[in-house]
Amino acid sequence: MTPLALGYVPLLDAAPLVVAREMGFAEEEGLSLTLTRAASWSQLRDMLDSGAVAAAHMLSAMPVARALGLGGGTGATEVLMVLSLGGQVIGLSGDLGRRIGAGFGDPVALGAALGRSPLRLGVPFPFSMHALLLRYWLSRAAPGLAPQIVVVPPPRMAAALKAGEIDGFCVGEPWGSAAVAEAGAQIVLTGSHIWSQSPEKVLAARKGWGEAAGPLLRALWRAGRWADAAENSATLAEILARAEYLDTSALHIEPALQGRVADQLVPDLIHFHDGTANFPWRSQAGWIGAELAEAHGLNPGAAIATARACFRSDLYRRHLAGLAPMPRSSDKAEGALEASESLPAVSGSLRLSRNRFFDGAVFDPAPAA
Amino acid sequence: MEAALTIIVVEQDRDRAMMIVDALRDAGQHRIAIIGSGSGLARRVAETRPDLVLIDAGDPSRDELEELTLAAGPLERPVAMFVDRSDQGLTRAAIEAGVSAYVVDGLRSERLRPILDAAIARFHMFARMRTELAATKAALEERKVIDRAKGILMCAKGIGEEEAYALMRKTAMDQGKRLGELAQALVTAAELLR
Repeated sequence: MTPLALGYVPLLDAAPLVVAREMGFAEEEGLSLTLTRAASWSQLRDMLDSGAVAAAHMLSAMPVARALGLGGGTGATEVLMVLSLGGQVIGLSGDLGRRIGAGFGDPVALGAALGRSPLRLGVPFPFSMHALLLRYWLSRAAPGLAPQIVVVPPPRMAAALKAGEIDGFCVGEPWGSAAVAEAGAQIVLTGSHIWSQSPEKVLAARKGWGEAAGPLLRALWRAGRWADAAENSATLAEILARAEYLDTSALHIEPALQGRVADQLVPDLIHFHDGTANFPWRSQAGWIGAELAEAHGLNPGAAIATARACFRSDLYRRHLAGLAPMPRSSDKAEGALEASESLPAVSGSLRLSRNRFFDGAVFDPAPAA
Repeated sequence: MEAALTIIVVEQDRDRAMMIVDALRDAGQHRIAIIGSGSGLARRVAETRPDLVLIDAGDPSRDELEELTLAAGPLERPVAMFVDRSDQGLTRAAIEAGVSAYVVDGLRSERLRPILDAAIARFHMFARMRTELAATKAALEERKVIDRAKGILMCAKGIGEEEAYALMRKTAMDQGKRLGELAQALVTAAELLR
């Protein structure tokens, strides 16, 4: 057995790492996994930079931000695979929700209802899909609103809402539901209402380490398939709830795993495997690069090129050949698929899931020649 | 004589904060402010315009400080994590001690060294204290649970204290469980059946 240390932040979407360890997928690949919990993304990044862990469950925007010179951290970080799509939950304070008569699941109507009143929204990290989705949605659905997006550690989200420091939030489960229970928040949207296929967490490693990541990638791919299967959600919730992982009740975890949030069924709430969920598409990286560039005043063309190089679809192809279906191109037109469809893969066929932005836009950057 | 630095210690626990401040006072004449983590941390830190921010590496509020790495205005100097800088030995020592330093752009390493050394020594002491405290607390808690379980058994079976204890020990050994675990199971079951 080869010992291997991985870092994670205790969230529902750390599931592939936990399942790889607990259900024997890592062992099958000859890996003895040690999972080290971090209290913040900053701490997780330290662990990766210092070599305390070889790879980590990370916000998809963090490696890209690093490559663009935004925020802290030392060496270059690469994305070896996507661990989860979606899973973000957007909520407002109960007062605000009632005042504007907020419904559920309609980004356009909600943007109009928010109008131009000042709005402070909490997110877990400045460079996160949470922050990017909020910006994308509000700049289009509520132009002129100029929301203030502030970082609030997820465990403090409910308290911050209660204290009136923020008017709403975008956060991963189980923290959104916790804000409902503890602070009377109203869940109004999920990330998948804004973008049905947003890459949320990735497996990140220091540049160079990915060359030898085959066993880990195979274990995590199988773990993701197990975690995504509906019949496993009760078992998965029990495992994640353990004191050494999320340290909560399985009852707080299982609804989201079944696609339920705020008593609503959201089919694309979160995926660990569905379709080609784990493939690190260069076009996903490009979207993140473009959005970060817009938010931080960088040159978009250069940012997209830098971002694309962070998502190592080449290594994914090499390590998972013969196991995962491989698309013929490492790019897809993000937002262009109204319904899921099958298409020819490198060998056989694969299924691409519905991929839509709420405003119908398509992101299809021409790769730099 | 170089100008004094403004140092912020982010620490919710007043006693711990004071102990860090005491250690830093020995490292030179600096302006030191304590800020509790929580509510609007980044804003409060930015308002103080610190040269150096010290925070427990495991404090969940650290992600709020990430906002400070982006200068909000043309006159503001962004901060960087100390690990982003060159001094490898000092960085490793800080990581091992569990202290994180955020340093304003342009501050020289040699000015930081005595301050970080002092903070690192203090955080090592905290780690030892925390381990000791946790061990003592766990032992005390377990003792309490074992006493309660013993009482429940004595009551239910009408046996004496020694006999109850011996029965629990034997059962724990037979089932390959720790005595504390068995006692907890007994207490939980008794509460459910009450």
